[in-house]
Amino acid sequence: MGKWAIAVHGGAGIDPNLPVERQEQAKQLLTRCLNLGIAALRSNVSAIDVVELVVRELETDPLFNSGRGSALTEQGTVEMEASIMDGTKRRCGAVSGITTVKNPISLARLVMDKSPHSYLAFSGAEEFARKQGVEIVDNEYFVTEDNVGMLKLVKEANSILFDYRIPLGCAGAAVTDSPILMNGLPISIYAPETVGCVVVDREGRCAAGTSTGGLMNKMMGRIGDSPLIGAGTYASELCGVSCTGEGEAIIRSTLARDVSAVMEYKGVGLQEAVDYVIKHRLDEGFAGLIAVSNKGEVVCGFNCNGMFRGCATEDGFMEVAMWE
Amino acid sequence: MVGWAVALHGGGGDIPIDLPDERRIPRETALRHCLDLGISALKSGKHPLDVTELVVRELENHPDFNAGKGSVLTAQGTVEMEASIMDGKTKSCGAVSGLTTVVNPVSLARLVMEKTPHIYLAFDAAEDFARTHGVETVESSHFITPENIARLKQAKEFNRVQLDYTAPTPKEPEIFGDSQTGTVGCVAVDSAGNLAAATSTGGYVNKMAGRIGDSPIIGAGTYANHLCAVSATGKGEYIIRATLAREVAALMEYKGLSLTEAAAYAVEHSGPRGTCGLVAVSANGEVAMPFNTNGMFRACATEDGYTEVAIWPKK
Repeated sequence: MGKWAIAVHGGAGIDPNLPVERQEQAKQLLTRCLNLGIAALRSNVSAIDVVELVVRELETDPLFNSGRGSALTEQGTVEMEASIMDGTKRRCGAVSGITTVKNPISLARLVMDKSPHSYLAFSGAEEFARKQGVEIVDNEYFVTEDNVGMLKLVKEANSILFDYRIPLGCAGAAVTDSPILMNGLPISIYAPETVGCVVVDREGRCAAGTSTGGLMNKMMGRIGDSPLIGAGTYASELCGVSCTGEGEAIIRSTLARDVSAVMEYKGVGLQEAVDYVIKHRLDEGFAGLIAVSNKGEVVCGFNCNGMFRGCATEDGFMEVAMWE
Repeated sequence: MVGWAVALHGGGGDIPIDLPDERRIPRETALRHCLDLGISALKSGKHPLDVTELVVRELENHPDFNAGKGSVLTAQGTVEMEASIMDGKTKSCGAVSGLTTVVNPVSLARLVMEKTPHIYLAFDAAEDFARTHGVETVESSHFITPENIARLKQAKEFNRVQLDYTAPTPKEPEIFGDSQTGTVGCVAVDSAGNLAAATSTGGYVNKMAGRIGDSPIIGAGTYANHLCAVSATGKGEYIIRATLAREVAALMEYKGLSLTEAAAYAVEHSGPRGTCGLVAVSANGEVAMPFNTNGMFRACATEDGYTEVAIWPKK
């Protein structure tokens, strides 16, 4: 019998001026989710089930950029996406363009378990959701005041905003060129983030899940890395990985898949694989990831100035952190 | 001095060895025609991105392949097309899904890559994007062929998702695990070592509306980096979980395999027999076209004069 391990994240790239109370809220949410996962693992819930229940919690809480609290499209609506993968047989499920399903990660799971396909999107996905009887709400449910305000500011700045503000010198051009982002904003400046969870259970089974509302002010119909198997999410017999950050960079570098590929083909361990991938695969991109291995290890890696994360192992190690 | 190379496919799957002439010959002719197009484009110095786009456009326009015109139908009897394209040098990429009126999905994917800050647009919004950019659109009925209406009927009768190269004849194809074909793709490398890959499809016969397959997913159906360019075809669900196109490059990078070895290994280990195939070229001008299905419509050419147009495994 192996040892379990779990990690959660609430996004990579954090404004160093983030108010303390927001930092505290984030840490509390991460801690709560971690504890949920730990309790489940202690009662021998399987990795894939733990991933789903933890991500559901992250989606339901409006703090991070997923489910309720998702970033808004250019039209002020919410379009969510998510993916989940079970490392054991590499089964996977993903959804995009979700507008009324309360928990996209659960819909992704249903795609994996109850449909002959791996990925459903937009109205086809919503129809599948209704047939499956999942919880449906109005799109307004997902929209928070904070994000409405943020969208307005972004439109004024007329740039695509990653859903966090990054200081100069550590960001894509679109963000650094926008001065508004550097001065404090009149409304709460907490920047919401993609969420994810990776788990290895006592049987050594790895699983991963990622969920998001995407980029603030994104074009309607824009799909990012979170629902793309191999980019935002991947799990194999060896590991489970969930990524966050600049979606386009994560897609180009097939980030989540590469962690596993490096382990499989170069025979290195989890830490080395994550370090390698973060250092060498993200050429001009900024991102972070969390990963677990079938040996009960957990690793976080990011090349930005911070990542909301929490991790715990059966040995009793537990950490919730934001900065280096 | 390395030479150029180009390879293209019109889908892999359970292609019966007794495929009647009237179904085989038009496809072989089309493959040869597209190959010639690719060859002259490379000879006139066109960049592989342009080469792969124009070859895939040609395949999309041809009604006998499952992309663009001739796309298989969803459960509702509609078309939902998807495509992706990738530039090996910059790793820039573009993808689209859920298209119903865009004549050439691969060109829209290229537009997403070049004209938006994003990589992937889908469904209504992708269609709107096409219109605002003056991309050629037509009535959906343009894409629907009598053959595919018959295939859908047959699939519904058997109440299962079906491979789209089953001849609509009374003979029920051998149950080979529902092997799938369809999808078109092209990969190319020029003498400077620039690489590109593009893939386009209508998806699975009788698929659920909103179902996305491997073709628009970077790393699954399409991939290109500084080592190679890959376009895959087959059962989407297997190709996605195996990140098949990326796998070829990963094996070359991390295990030092040659293109041929990496491509063969990737196909062999991606799933059971009858699930996939791919075409690939390397920065060195090599070509590989492995498949674990009964057949794969394919063609390739290299600068030294070698050309091949084939359907079944070479003896």
